[in-house]
Amino acid sequence: MSGSAPILETRGLTRFFGPVRVTGDVDFTLHPGERRAIIGPNGAGKTTFVNLLSGRLAPSSGQVFLGGENVTAMSEARRIKLGLGRTFQITSLFPNLSVRKNVFLAVAEHEGVAWNLFRSAASHRRQFDRVDELLDRVGLSDVAEVPAQDLPYGRQRLLEIAVTLALRPRVLLLDEPAAGIPTSESHIILSILDTLPKDIAVLLIDHDMDLVFRFAQRITVLVQGSVMVEGTPAEIAANERVRKIYLGESDHAAA
Amino acid sequence: MTDRSNAAVLVLPQAGTVGARKILPMLLWVAALAIPTFAPGYTPLASQIVVMILFALSLDLLVGFTGIVTLGHAALFGAGAYTAGIMALRLTNDPLITALSGMAVAALVGLVTGSCMLRTKGLAFLVLSLAAAFMLHELANMATSVTGGDDGLQGVSFAPLLGVFEFDFRGQTAFYYSLACLFAAFLLVRRVVNSPFGWSLRGIRENDGRMRAIGCPIYRRRLAAYVISSALAGLAGALQAQITQFVALRSLSLELSGDVLIMLILGGAGRLYGAFVGVPLFMFAQDLLAKEDPANWYLGQGVILLVMTLFVPGGVLGLVERVRRSLGRGGRR
Amino acid sequence: MTAVVTILFFGVAYGMILYLISVGLSVTMGLMGFVNLAHGVFAMLGGYAAVTLMNQLGLSLFAALPLACAMVTVVGFVLERTLYSRLYGRSELDQVLFSMGLILISMALVRVVWGPLAQPVQLPDYLKGQSVVGGIELPTYRFVLVAFGTAVIVALWVIFERTLFGARIRAAVDNRGMAQAIGIDTGRLFAVTFGLGTGLAALGGALGADVLAIAPNYPLHYIVYFMVVVAVGGLGSIRGPFIAALSIGLADTACKYLLPEMGSVFIFAFVFALLLWRPNGITGKR
Ligand SMILES: Nc1ncnc2c1ncn2[C@@H]1O[C@H](COP(=O)(O)OP(=O)(O)OP(=O)(O)O)[C@@H](O)[C@H]1O
Ligand SMILES: [Mg+2]
Repeated sequence: MSGSAPILETRGLTRFFGPVRVTGDVDFTLHPGERRAIIGPNGAGKTTFVNLLSGRLAPSSGQVFLGGENVTAMSEARRIKLGLGRTFQITSLFPNLSVRKNVFLAVAEHEGVAWNLFRSAASHRRQFDRVDELLDRVGLSDVAEVPAQDLPYGRQRLLEIAVTLALRPRVLLLDEPAAGIPTSESHIILSILDTLPKDIAVLLIDHDMDLVFRFAQRITVLVQGSVMVEGTPAEIAANERVRKIYLGESDHAAA
Repeated sequence: MTDRSNAAVLVLPQAGTVGARKILPMLLWVAALAIPTFAPGYTPLASQIVVMILFALSLDLLVGFTGIVTLGHAALFGAGAYTAGIMALRLTNDPLITALSGMAVAALVGLVTGSCMLRTKGLAFLVLSLAAAFMLHELANMATSVTGGDDGLQGVSFAPLLGVFEFDFRGQTAFYYSLACLFAAFLLVRRVVNSPFGWSLRGIRENDGRMRAIGCPIYRRRLAAYVISSALAGLAGALQAQITQFVALRSLSLELSGDVLIMLILGGAGRLYGAFVGVPLFMFAQDLLAKEDPANWYLGQGVILLVMTLFVPGGVLGLVERVRRSLGRGGRR
Repeated sequence: MTAVVTILFFGVAYGMILYLISVGLSVTMGLMGFVNLAHGVFAMLGGYAAVTLMNQLGLSLFAALPLACAMVTVVGFVLERTLYSRLYGRSELDQVLFSMGLILISMALVRVVWGPLAQPVQLPDYLKGQSVVGGIELPTYRFVLVAFGTAVIVALWVIFERTLFGARIRAAVDNRGMAQAIGIDTGRLFAVTFGLGTGLAALGGALGADVLAIAPNYPLHYIVYFMVVVAVGGLGSIRGPFIAALSIGLADTACKYLLPEMGSVFIFAFVFALLLWRPNGITGKR
C-alpha cells in the first residue's frame, strides 16, 4: 500500500483559533483504498482537522494535497469535484425535504444536472435510480418519502452518509458517523462501508472503540491537535501512552 | 412543508387528493376568464389583482423557495414600470416590446444589485436590499424630467396589443393580456420549482451549509433565482404601467415591498398558489378597512402579520393543508 | 467657515440622536439574534410620550424626558416577555414579518390617539431661539441636546464597560451558551437589556423630536437610518454604532446642506459599498 502515491496528504497543517492552536503541525497521508481511523479525546481537534481537509476552514499554515494536487487555497466546492466527500458530526440535512430528495440533491449536483431549469426533477430517471440504489444500500428505502426531520436520529445519521456517498467520493471523511446510533447497531455503519468500492480511501473518526478497531487498518491518535502516534490497531492497543490518555479512561466512550 | 405536497403529487397518487389539487386550480383559471363577461364592473380591479399576483409570485421564488428575504423587491417592479412608461413616452408604445424591455431592464438591475447583495446574508442583506431600493426611489424622485418625480409618469398610453386589441376603457384587453402573462409566468415558475434547479433552491433554503458540502455553487444558484425573480417582477411592473397608463413613484417604495411580502405570506410562501390566495385576500381586506381611515388598514395589516407569524405559519394555504391533514386519513406518515 | 461649523454642529446633534435610538437595537440584535425592524417604534413612543407630558400636562423638558424613557422601558420589557420572546430562534422571515406587524399596529394606534399630523415640540422660552457662538447663530436647544446626549452616552459606556451587568451582556453577546453555562439567566438578561435598549430609543426619540419629526409614519420613515447604523456599526457593539451614527449624521447633514438634491443617494451608495466590503460592519469580523 505504501507503494502507491497518497490520495490525501497534509504537510505541517496548523490552525489557530485566536491564541489556541487547535491543529498543530500535522503531517498526514492517506492512500487509495486505505481504511484509516482517527481517535482522540473530546476537543482534540478531530472535527477541525476534517474541516481543514474539506476546505470549510482555512489553515493558519501548512498545505493540503488531494491526488497530488495542492488544494490548500481551493474552495470546498472544487475539492468536492476532485473527489473529497465528508459527513458532519452534527447531522446536517434538509429537514423538510423527503429522504429521497435529500439524496437526489447530492446526486444532481454530482452528475451536473442541478442547473436544469426546465426539465422536471421527477423525470430524471437515471438519477433517481441511483438515489434508490443508495437508499437501499443504507437501508432507508422504506422511509424514502418521509421528511428527513421525521426520521429517528439514528436513521438521520444513515441519511447523512447516503447524501455524501451520492457524491462518489474518492476520499471519504466520516466525522463520528455512529454518534447517536446505539452501540449495538453501529455494525450497520460497518456493513455500509463494506459495500464501498475498494479503492476509496476512508477516514473514520469515532469514539466507539469497538467500531474503530474492527474497521481500521491503521489508527492515528490525535491529542491536543497533534499526532501523538500512528500505527496498526494492535500497536495502538498496546501503546502505553494511548492507554493512559484515551483508552484507559473509558473503553466505550460516547461523545 | 412545500415538499410534502409535491411529494404527494409525484409519488403517492391518492386519487381524491390529486384530483382536487389539480382540478380546483384549473377551475379557478377558467373562472377568471369569465370575469369580464359576468362581472364587467370588476374587470379593472381584477387586472390589478392579476398584476399583483404576478409580482407576489416573483417574490415567492425568492422568499418561499430560496429563503432570500428582501425588503426591496419593489425596486424591480418599479424598474419594469418606469422602463415601460418612459419607453412609451419616448421610443415606442408597443405593449409587447415595452413589456419585454421592462423585464430585461429589471433582470439587469437584479443581476447588478443581486451580484453584490447576495454575497452577504442576514442583516447586511436586509439593509442592502433596503438601501438599493431606497437609492432607486430617490433617483426616480429627483430625475423629474425623465420620471415625473413625485407626480409620477402621467399620460402613458400604449398602442393596441398585437396591433389589434385596443386598451379599451372597460379594461377587457388589459385584463386578458395580464391574465395571459400571469399564466405564462405561472407555468414558467412551476417548471422551475419542479426542476432540479428549483429543488436545489429549496436545499439552499433549508441548509445552505450542507448544499455547499455537496458541491453546490450557492452564490450563482441564488443569483440565478434572483435574476429570474427580477425579470418577473419587472414584467409585473410593466403590466401595471400599461393597464393603468400611469407610473407612480410608489412603485419603487418600501411600502410596496412590504405590501407584496404581506400578500405572499398571507397566502402562504413557498407553495406556488400562495400568491393567488394572498393577493385577493389582501386587496379585499384593504378595500374593507382602508375606506374610512388609513389607520384601520395599518392595524389590519399589523394584526394579519402578528397572527400569521404567531399562530398561522404557512399562511392560509398552510392552514388549509393542516386542517385537511388532521381531518383526513390520519394514517399517512 | 460658518458652513463648516454649522454642518459639524447639526451633524453631531443628528448623529447623537441616531446613536441613542440605534444603540439598543445593536445590542439586542447582537444578544438575541433577533431581526427587530420595529425598534423605531419605541423612539416614536418616547417622542409622543414626552411631547404629551410637556404640551398637555405642562411638565418641564427635564421631567418629561426621564419619565417618557421610563414608560417606554416598561413597554419594551413587557413586549419582550410577552411577544418577542416567542420568536427567538424562529426564521429571519418570521422575525421580519412580526416586527413589520408591530410597526404597522403602532402606526395605527398612534394615529388614532394623536392624529395624522406631526407633533410640535413646545420648548420653554429659554430654550427657544438661537444662541450666538463665535459669531455663528445656532439653535439653543441643540446645545442642550448635545450636552444631554453626551452625558447619557458616557453613562451608557460606563455601565457597559465597568459594571457586572455590562460584563454579563458582553459575555452573552460573545457566547450565549457559555454565558448560560456560567449561570447567567439569559432570559432575564434579554428582557432587561431589551427594556433598556427601548428606553434609550425613547430618550433619543424624545430628545430629537425636533430633528426627526414625531409623526405616525416615524418607524417606517426612518427605519433605513436605524438599520444602517446597526449594520454598519456591527452587531452587539456599542462603539461601532457610535462611529456609524456620527458619520451618517455628519454626512447626511453635509449632503443636505451642500447638495440638497443628490444627498441621500450618495450616502446610501456609500453604505452599500461599505457593507459589501465589510458585511459585518466596521467592528464586526470580516
Ligand atoms: N470556530 C471555533 N472557534 C473557536 N474555537 C473552536 C472553534 N471550533 C472548535 N474550536 C475549539 O477547538 C477545539 C477542537 O475542537 P474540535 O471540534 O475540532 O474537537 P473534536 O476533536 O472534534 O472534539 P469532539 O470529540 O468533541 O467532537 C475545541 O477546544 C473547540 O472548543
Ligand atoms: Mg468533533
